[in-house]
Amino acid sequence: MAVSLKRRHVLPGFGLAMGFTLLYLSLIVLIPLSGAFLKTATLSWAQFWSTVTEPRVLASYRLTFATSLIGALINAVFGLLAAWVLVRYHFPGKRIVDALVDLPFALPTAVAGITLTTVFAGNGWIGQHLEPLGIKVAFTPLGVVIALTFIGLPFVVRTVQPVLQDLDVEIEEAATSLGANRWQTFTRVILPGVLPALLTGFTLAFARALGEYGSVVFISGNMPMRTEITTLLIITKLEQYDYAGATAIAVVMLVSSFVLLLFVNLLQWLGNKRYA
Amino acid sequence: MLLKKGNRPLAVLIITLGLFLPAVAHADITLLNVSYDPTRELYQDFNVAFAKYWQAKTGEKVTIQQSHGGSSKQARAVIDGLEADVVTLALAYDIDAIHEKANLIPKNWQTRLPHNSSPYTSTIVFLVRKGNPKAIKDWDDLVKPNVSVITPNPKTSGGARWNYLAAWGYALKRYGGDEGRARDFVARLYKNVPVLDSGARGSTTTFVQRAIGDVLIAWENEAFLALGELGKDKLEIVVPSVSILAEPPVSIVDKVVDKRGTRGVAQAYLEYLYSPGGQEIAAKHYYRPRLASVAAKHGKQFPKVKLFTIDEVFGGWQRAQKTHFADRGAFDQIYQPSR
Repeated sequence: MAVSLKRRHVLPGFGLAMGFTLLYLSLIVLIPLSGAFLKTATLSWAQFWSTVTEPRVLASYRLTFATSLIGALINAVFGLLAAWVLVRYHFPGKRIVDALVDLPFALPTAVAGITLTTVFAGNGWIGQHLEPLGIKVAFTPLGVVIALTFIGLPFVVRTVQPVLQDLDVEIEEAATSLGANRWQTFTRVILPGVLPALLTGFTLAFARALGEYGSVVFISGNMPMRTEITTLLIITKLEQYDYAGATAIAVVMLVSSFVLLLFVNLLQWLGNKRYA
Repeated sequence: MLLKKGNRPLAVLIITLGLFLPAVAHADITLLNVSYDPTRELYQDFNVAFAKYWQAKTGEKVTIQQSHGGSSKQARAVIDGLEADVVTLALAYDIDAIHEKANLIPKNWQTRLPHNSSPYTSTIVFLVRKGNPKAIKDWDDLVKPNVSVITPNPKTSGGARWNYLAAWGYALKRYGGDEGRARDFVARLYKNVPVLDSGARGSTTTFVQRAIGDVLIAWENEAFLALGELGKDKLEIVVPSVSILAEPPVSIVDKVVDKRGTRGVAQAYLEYLYSPGGQEIAAKHYYRPRLASVAAKHGKQFPKVKLFTIDEVFGGWQRAQKTHFADRGAFDQIYQPSR
């Protein structure tokens, strides 16, 4: 990334490609997003502040960030495991399992939400066995975590998988022959190799979860102060024709997500420097 | 861009259609009716009837397209440029918004057709499990501590706002107009609500499919529909002593019909809703008809309830929205943590 623009490039067409990239990003990302900022600018600073710091909105930030983080962490662990199984082992039906991983990408989120609610509600297939144990999933923050874990799974698997594939088995063999035990091989040899990809997958899953709406509104129950996610509050503002209030909350989400993503990228950059 | 902003989606549509269907006939009239969720079946029937009526009367063929969704979402689509010839929404507040935000409709729209521009009405009733195990008879039973009540979130659902106002209006009557006690009554009712779905259909699903809650507060027509779908051996309708007169209003969208030249047929479309034929279709889909003769015919289907209007008790939608559903309004205060 830190290549000086003045240096002559070996590849031709840098100017054209860069120009196109900037135009494309502006049209698809920057212009629509700046619309949100412009609409928010119609509020005074005091109005903006009282909108985005209302107790109900604050409660929704807490829920959204906490459940997204937990969902992304669960995916980081189990996504890595799934990627490992898919890369290192051969078993019948492997292609089907591989395709299953992408399903959360393809399924409309509302369908996912309704299905998960049906399964985890008190009279659902899984819910009816959990409820006697005192575990309520649907209409609680736990349900939100499950929905967000569901939609985030492919991100981790699909980013880690190719990196694992490129990791030579010989390196592991070398580690073993040099006297490393299995745990050391995993933590010192494999993990550093896949960590950047894992971090990317985690970040993607986390970012996706922050903006999720469709799958969560069905399973969360939408109780004020308890299970309202931030995107739901944006919709409630729109339902009241309060466009500026809706974009104000959206801006807070955008800025905080951007800062978080930047922070994760920084971590990754530091990590790369260390292991490079 | 040569085209005005509102034209662009239509232009794209026309160009696309033009590419694929060069031989499409241009003589037919099309109308777009932008409506809310529970009217889907009603307007499917009504559109067929109207097309027949219009062809018999004028010889013109008219095709009516329908669009359904949450009431205020639909209003926003019209505000943002969806070219609706007529809007048939859940509450007057949403049509007011089309006037206020985009000025597509004059301010006095609601006086242009009879009965506050609401050709049919409905009310708010209770749906309970077969045998009524919690013995729910009236609004008072909904605030009892061991009763679980299902109703959608009034911040996102138009139907839920009617439910909320019906409860509030009942409490006002019960406590002789004491606002403080009415507020307390409604707060107690919402303490009994375990799930606030984002729309009315979502709440019906929660109550019926997920078997959550003892009572569902619902539009009368939704309650009948649920009863029809699930059979009378599972559910029962309970009609409270007092409820609100829900008036889903209709209007033509002046700026759109004038531009498209469809004012005459759009006007006739809405007026036909008031005709005996239109009223009969409304009654068939469990909306209470306005016309006395049709109402008398279906009298058995619609039990007598003491009904109050939103204008009488709340001074109209604009005021109700502001005091109850706006941010930091009465509904938000129910859930405000005590500080």
